[in-house]
Amino acid sequence: MKKNSIRIGAGASYAGDRIEPAAHLAEHGDLDYLVFETLAERTIALANVEKFKNPLLGYNAMLEDRFLACLKFCSEQGVKVVTNMGAANPEAALKKTVQIIQDLKLKPTKVAAVIGDDVLAYCKDNVHRLSIMETGLPLSSLEGEIVSANAYLGADHMVEALEHGADIVITGRCADCSLFLAPMMYEFKWREDDWNVLGQGQVCADMLECGANVSGGFFADPGYKEVPDLGNLGYPYIDIEPNGRGVISKVQGTGGVISPATCAEQMIYEIHDPSHYITPDVVVDFTGVELKPLGPDRVEITGGQGKARPDQLKVSIGIKEGWIGEAEITYAGLGCLNRARLAEAVVRRRIEISGLQLQELRVDYIGLNSLHGDASLLPLEEPYEVRVRFACRSADKLNAQKLANEVETLVGKGPCASSLPRIHVREVLAIYSVLVPRAEIKTHIVYEETHR
Amino acid sequence: MRFYLRELAHARAGDKGDTCNIGVIAYQSSFYNLMLTQVTPERVRAHFKGLVKGDIRRYELPKVHAINLVMEHALGGGVTRSLSLDPHGKSYSALLLALPMEVDEANSQILLALGRKPLA
Repeated sequence: MKKNSIRIGAGASYAGDRIEPAAHLAEHGDLDYLVFETLAERTIALANVEKFKNPLLGYNAMLEDRFLACLKFCSEQGVKVVTNMGAANPEAALKKTVQIIQDLKLKPTKVAAVIGDDVLAYCKDNVHRLSIMETGLPLSSLEGEIVSANAYLGADHMVEALEHGADIVITGRCADCSLFLAPMMYEFKWREDDWNVLGQGQVCADMLECGANVSGGFFADPGYKEVPDLGNLGYPYIDIEPNGRGVISKVQGTGGVISPATCAEQMIYEIHDPSHYITPDVVVDFTGVELKPLGPDRVEITGGQGKARPDQLKVSIGIKEGWIGEAEITYAGLGCLNRARLAEAVVRRRIEISGLQLQELRVDYIGLNSLHGDASLLPLEEPYEVRVRFACRSADKLNAQKLANEVETLVGKGPCASSLPRIHVREVLAIYSVLVPRAEIKTHIVYEETHR
Repeated sequence: MRFYLRELAHARAGDKGDTCNIGVIAYQSSFYNLMLTQVTPERVRAHFKGLVKGDIRRYELPKVHAINLVMEHALGGGVTRSLSLDPHGKSYSALLLALPMEVDEANSQILLALGRKPLA
């Protein structure tokens, strides 16, 4: 029998997200589904590097802690879990999850892993044909080593896993929204070409995909936008009806706020053309969306529409692209800004004398212009302290390290009276996107069932 | 009277590759028209003083009295390559809200009644 409405909770919105609010939501949210979204553009590439070093890893590092905290409640209350914590290795994540369920002695559980978003071999075979979305050049124009290629899968595979009775569905790279759309499609038997319903469903999914960003996270601006008990932010859930109408809310007694204002910020902040937001499942039209307050921390979401899904899927390519060296040093007291500026001049002179090979150098004055550069508003008076930050990109590790060392030697050989510097050198894992025809992406689903 | 955009609207920035977008939502529907006439791609480009190297497009969402500014080549070569401390450009929403706005008499009175201060 079809349900009249289902409740989907958002338990995570990035790899390192908080666990205790997710466990609170699992215990007290009266949920039907709990979704953990943990992949950013670069997270999957880093996970691939980790899997390359150790074939048993490459899934979300907090999967175990998250599931240890939440699965007991999900199991007791019959809450199904959908997550992309599989990252670069959904199969290893499945095995780990089965072990956790057995260790916790939970009731028999069917766990599914969606495999097939990894299209590295296909992309390497087609470097001359695939065009980079950001530059328009062929993939072969990139010089570094390609370490990962992961397609943004849609909800269809997760729906299939739910139809086969999965209680927990683990994926790798998929569109964030699709994790939330899958339970809606499965429960309400939405057709894969019912574009307007899928579009409205995806609007509701979009509200939850950044977790607490809709319930008061990243919203507060004292005097303008107040958020009660921000330190105890409650994670959101949404009630979805068979026609796609959604009502978003959170567990009573938790901190945060849900209002048309928080929903509008969340809805717009990662789309481009609002009438044409491309997801693997449907092209979403946000322009008719209405956000209606129904009460404290309760907002109704209606009016989303959709158009036919794309024939190609976006693929994130991870590529090693040189090194970044960073170093920071603080000057304080009277005349600090002049000493900081002299420090910059000294480092630039040292780069010249030492013949450092840098592709790009950036110098920031933290406290004055580090985030907005020349667009920063000028301060009314000289600050009491200023931190100078040097950052460079170089083809090799050595030159990045040398820049950092030049900043380090400012203590003792630069202007007087500074802090000790902090330096950091790291390899760049850059991300580019290409489009790959759906037919080239071969997926399958692996299942495992636990027993008492 | 002139006020910062901050008095009229709130905003959040997002990222995809080297593209930054900022959703700007008017606190009241009467402020929305002011945004339409004054928060133009040309003014935004000038206000960002060289931070945006590509096209700026503006989309309108009148039902939630919001606009969406999409700024290409605005994230120092892309989130993953940028040397910026804010590679995602998440703080760009605050920069945008420092845009000065000419506010008509009726809306100025609304802002003053809310305790908002005009620009000198």
